[in-house]
Amino acid sequence: MAWRVEVGLKEGIRDARGERVKREIREHLGIELDQVNTIDVYTIDADLSQQEVEAAAMGPFSDPVIQNYAINRPLAGQFDVLIEVGFRPGVTDNVGRTSREAIQYIVGHPLDANEGVYTSVQYLLTGKINEDAAERIAAGFLGNGLIQRWTIISAADFDRKNGVPVTVPKVISTAEPKVREIDLNVSDEELMRISREGVLALNLEEMKVIQAFASDPQMQAERAKVGLTAGLTDVELEALAQTWSEHCKHKIFSANINYDDGSGQTETIDSLFKTFIVGVTRDVRAAKGDKDFCLSVFKDNAGVIRFNDDWSLVFKVETHNSPSALDPYGGALTGIVGVNRDPFGTGMGARLIFNTDVFCFASPFYDEPLPPRLLHPRRIFEGVVEGVEHGGNKSGVPTVNGSIVFDDRFAGKPLVYCGTAALMPAQIHGQPGHVKLAKVGDRIMMIGGRIGKDGIHGATFSSEELHEGSPATAVQIGDPITQKRMFDFLIIARDRGMYNSITDNGAGGLSSSVGEMAEDTGGFEMHLDRAPLKYSGLQPWEILISEAQERMTVAVPDDKVEEFLALAREMDVEATDLGVFNDSGYYHCLYNGKTVTYLPMEFLHKGVPQLKLQARWEDRGYQEPEFSQPLDMDATLRHMLARLDICSKESVVRRYDHEVQAGTVLKPLVGVANDGPADAAMVRPLPDSFEGIVVAHGITPSYSDIDTYHMMACAIDEGLRNYVAVGGDIEHVAGLDNFCWCDPVQSDRTPDGEYKAAQLVRANKALYDYCLAFGVPLISGKDSMKNDYQIGDTKISIPPTVLFSVIGKTDDIRKGVTMDAKRPGDLVYLLGTTRNELGASEYYGMLGYLGKNVPKVDAATALQRYRSVNQAQKQGLLASCHDLSDGGLGVALAETAFAGGFGMHIDLNNVKCDEVLREDAVLFSESASRLLVTVRPDNQEAFEKVFAGQDLSLLGNVTEDKELRIVGLGGEILVRSHIDDLKEAWQAPLREM
Amino acid sequence: MSKQVRAIVIAGNGTNCERETAHAIRLGGAEVVDIVHISELLSGRVLLQDYHFLNLAGGFLDGDDLGSAKAGANRLLHAPIKDSEEHLSEHLRKFIADGKLIMGVCNGFQLMVKMGLLPALGGDFSQTTTLTFNDNGRFEDRWVYLKADPASPCIFTRGIEGMTLPVRHGEGKLVVDSEATLARIEEKHLGVLKYSLSDYSATTMDYPLNPNGSTAAIAGLCDETGRLFGLMPHPEAYVHRTHHPRWTREDDLPEEGMGLWLYQNAVRFIRDELL
Repeated sequence: MAWRVEVGLKEGIRDARGERVKREIREHLGIELDQVNTIDVYTIDADLSQQEVEAAAMGPFSDPVIQNYAINRPLAGQFDVLIEVGFRPGVTDNVGRTSREAIQYIVGHPLDANEGVYTSVQYLLTGKINEDAAERIAAGFLGNGLIQRWTIISAADFDRKNGVPVTVPKVISTAEPKVREIDLNVSDEELMRISREGVLALNLEEMKVIQAFASDPQMQAERAKVGLTAGLTDVELEALAQTWSEHCKHKIFSANINYDDGSGQTETIDSLFKTFIVGVTRDVRAAKGDKDFCLSVFKDNAGVIRFNDDWSLVFKVETHNSPSALDPYGGALTGIVGVNRDPFGTGMGARLIFNTDVFCFASPFYDEPLPPRLLHPRRIFEGVVEGVEHGGNKSGVPTVNGSIVFDDRFAGKPLVYCGTAALMPAQIHGQPGHVKLAKVGDRIMMIGGRIGKDGIHGATFSSEELHEGSPATAVQIGDPITQKRMFDFLIIARDRGMYNSITDNGAGGLSSSVGEMAEDTGGFEMHLDRAPLKYSGLQPWEILISEAQERMTVAVPDDKVEEFLALAREMDVEATDLGVFNDSGYYHCLYNGKTVTYLPMEFLHKGVPQLKLQARWEDRGYQEPEFSQPLDMDATLRHMLARLDICSKESVVRRYDHEVQAGTVLKPLVGVANDGPADAAMVRPLPDSFEGIVVAHGITPSYSDIDTYHMMACAIDEGLRNYVAVGGDIEHVAGLDNFCWCDPVQSDRTPDGEYKAAQLVRANKALYDYCLAFGVPLISGKDSMKNDYQIGDTKISIPPTVLFSVIGKTDDIRKGVTMDAKRPGDLVYLLGTTRNELGASEYYGMLGYLGKNVPKVDAATALQRYRSVNQAQKQGLLASCHDLSDGGLGVALAETAFAGGFGMHIDLNNVKCDEVLREDAVLFSESASRLLVTVRPDNQEAFEKVFAGQDLSLLGNVTEDKELRIVGLGGEILVRSHIDDLKEAWQAPLREM
Repeated sequence: MSKQVRAIVIAGNGTNCERETAHAIRLGGAEVVDIVHISELLSGRVLLQDYHFLNLAGGFLDGDDLGSAKAGANRLLHAPIKDSEEHLSEHLRKFIADGKLIMGVCNGFQLMVKMGLLPALGGDFSQTTTLTFNDNGRFEDRWVYLKADPASPCIFTRGIEGMTLPVRHGEGKLVVDSEATLARIEEKHLGVLKYSLSDYSATTMDYPLNPNGSTAAIAGLCDETGRLFGLMPHPEAYVHRTHHPRWTREDDLPEEGMGLWLYQNAVRFIRDELL
């Protein structure tokens, strides 16, 4: 029988969770409740005695100081409506898993595989709530129908004796494992039906290549030897779909593109990836010669660069957009713990040292009607932030850098970028740490979590737009603790030399991880029936492609198997021998001894046909707006500071542990009150060395509305500018590009595909041009190409967005510089030239204009400036340094002043511009490559010497009075604001999020 | 060997701060500092009795899934040592009875409280106190000021007037089971560190200086012997001036961070009393 244990707070103990839920229901749904109380419910489906259940309820499940418990009877007191929310069968229930373990310690033996603990939360709502409101609260805030179920009971209907009926959300499947054979000798329409209904996301050309493969007589003869017939098995078709998915194969970036630049000039590009991304890294490395610091680029789960003689630095940034649209919390949590496995599974394995997070959302205050299946942006914001909070904090990895970008088109799909850096020994057992190689005869060992239906079709699903039939199983919930245990174990196994290769089970599951690792040896044999399952009833194809989380695959030599398994057992980590790597040339899976896949490795990895794309750029005839300068510039500046892209993100930043591991020496919040916006983070990874890592990023999607070439250039420049501002060495910095695009393939559904493809080409051209000019190699990256929403006639496409992350080194963290003004009397300088570049700026955006003059980057002068900034930092000449980005000079002056707690007196006449500009343009132009610095008067001469011959404007000085005073071009006072008022305007918008 | 100060930091199942904790203890002067995975203790290969100073580091034991450190406390109370009749909890009691030192930080403090090791009034290890959700219902990372009680028996805070350290928790609000418990804590000066104003002149209940609404502003608690000690703020996160959030603007910050003082005191005490 199942037991139901309820745990609630004692009389007089504050229910902080209930209060928060009450507040959020008001914010999200506009429903005002009098009170919300919460009760935790544990449904124990196990053969236990009353005494054992009592011990669990009294011990681990409840806290005697603040909680009461009840077994098989309700705790609920006064309420108007009760809503109990639990998980649907098969959804990861981390608390349930921990509860099960806790019971095992109490009873002193493991529970049976069929036994389990399931958790739910009961919300007791008091207030005026009708049925409709209760349903809205349950479906619109407390629960997510994709992963959760709920019960709503009014006080009148509540059974005071027995409470809520017991529900055991156990997966019950009577499905027998079965392998289906699929006849591919069918019409084209039928082929596409097979692709669509199976969520295979393969196009007709690809289906026809597979059809031709299946009908090849020689192949049929080979397959007959292992007992397969003419058609392909469902397992094979799924394996091909995973391996050939846009997500895994990057078909758009590998496409053959015919690009028309709009003037009739055309060119053919054979793979954007090879031409521009791999191309620029090759050329930058050649130019750096013996100063090249790249160790492993584009071939592993993450990029690796040199840190010092003993350590190498690993970095990867991923996106997890589609799952986050469906289940923001689970999607983002999985995003962060998922990207953690990339650096961990690079080379022979690396220890994680920090995370970065960048989100793109629609405004949380969005108040238009939303199309079907879209969650409100505020819910997405809240869920994503909480998911990353749990994923990062619980994993013990500090979140040191990030940002949030707002545009209402991100209502169609939010972008959730998660990055992780790691440190690996330069040498492991005498071999370079970044090199790994599975050997013939090595065992295929799967480590970590068990396999369920979670995440099935994640890779193919993210290769499509969000549509009516988007599968719920594509959503997963990460489990940071299972992963942490696995990492603790694997680091020891690595240091003891127990394996030859390691990789992550991410998109495509075992199919991808084993398939890719087997490229080292040229084949493998894997027994799917040996894989540990969360519950029975999985089909062989599901076992192969499930994206159930917290799993790694390692190649363990025969003579280490015993030792490896023993260590795993002792450390409470599940490790399973699934088969062997061989040189058969075949991707060979069996189920209960019977072959279920038999595909040549060559066909699987190289058989996908190259996509052909048309790209046509067009001049859209944008114009600069005409309007008069606002009269009240103080108010204008305050409005700018309150823009969502500019305002303080402190409420989010504080929820992330940004200093665990004790290496974060420049934190995300700086200044006299620890609340100013840092440009970049600096991390000291080794406590016995003063060498540091600097990490920053650039992201400027609004410029894509004018020209993606300059969007890309500005993102690169912004990333480097932030990096240099705090002290990152411009000669030792690498980039990572994460493209998030809307579908650029012309079709009925995407009539402007050729333009979107041209936008993609232009961004890649800029990526090549500017990385080469700045001498920045790209070491890794990712693309997510179908960020569209399409249901019925409604289509929402995100603005083309590239996150350009940069990571590099500083020789001495003690030379780090923050953005806050340090002391009265310091001189305020602007580095760089201000131009009439307000196209797609925050200022124009605020006024409802787009404009034409998008900022353009002059890499040569920028590079010279960044080198000089490094020189000035080495000499200790900069008291503060802050990058100018969204909102330009006006915003940078205000931020520098209020973060430092001082005023400033500034004269706009001193700003060096390349032509005569209006005051609002000088204040809010977003011209690239500019930095605002403050300098001690004693250092003036030395400082000006470093920048001799460069564009340098002495604007004024830092003042004791707390007033930002800006003199306009006619000599009058243009701005005169108390810094507390400016700071209030900047802090208010997202303070309560 | 006998003249070495030996410290152990337990790791595994969700601890996160073991490496920086070990570093802080080394800087504090201990000769031997071992990070030991709990499986090593449960296998019986590593014995608590070989150490003087047990450190329970910050993290999220078992994800704090049943409430902070609850499942972790359950494990330490019930887990058997392999191939023996003994439990880890008995080794722990022996360690305490031998007059050795235990310090729990953040999740380690939550663990000590939930196992009844703190405040352990009258030497009774039943739970009288807990650490639960912050009043604002959120995890937060921020630096706070702590005023030390000079009349406390705590050996870790000797000579310390006040210190600034970061808190990084969602469940740091101290709650007691009765007024009587609080009265005894106060009377015996066991609430040794309290959230205070930035000049350490007075304790405070006001957010954000008191980040969680803790009863009597208590941030750190010791037992009556002064040898068992736990605190929510992270001393291992401030052992060098560059850990301080304002080191780029406060020129007179000493090289050594304030968190180090607690470890130095522990090592000094062991050298004087236990070696």
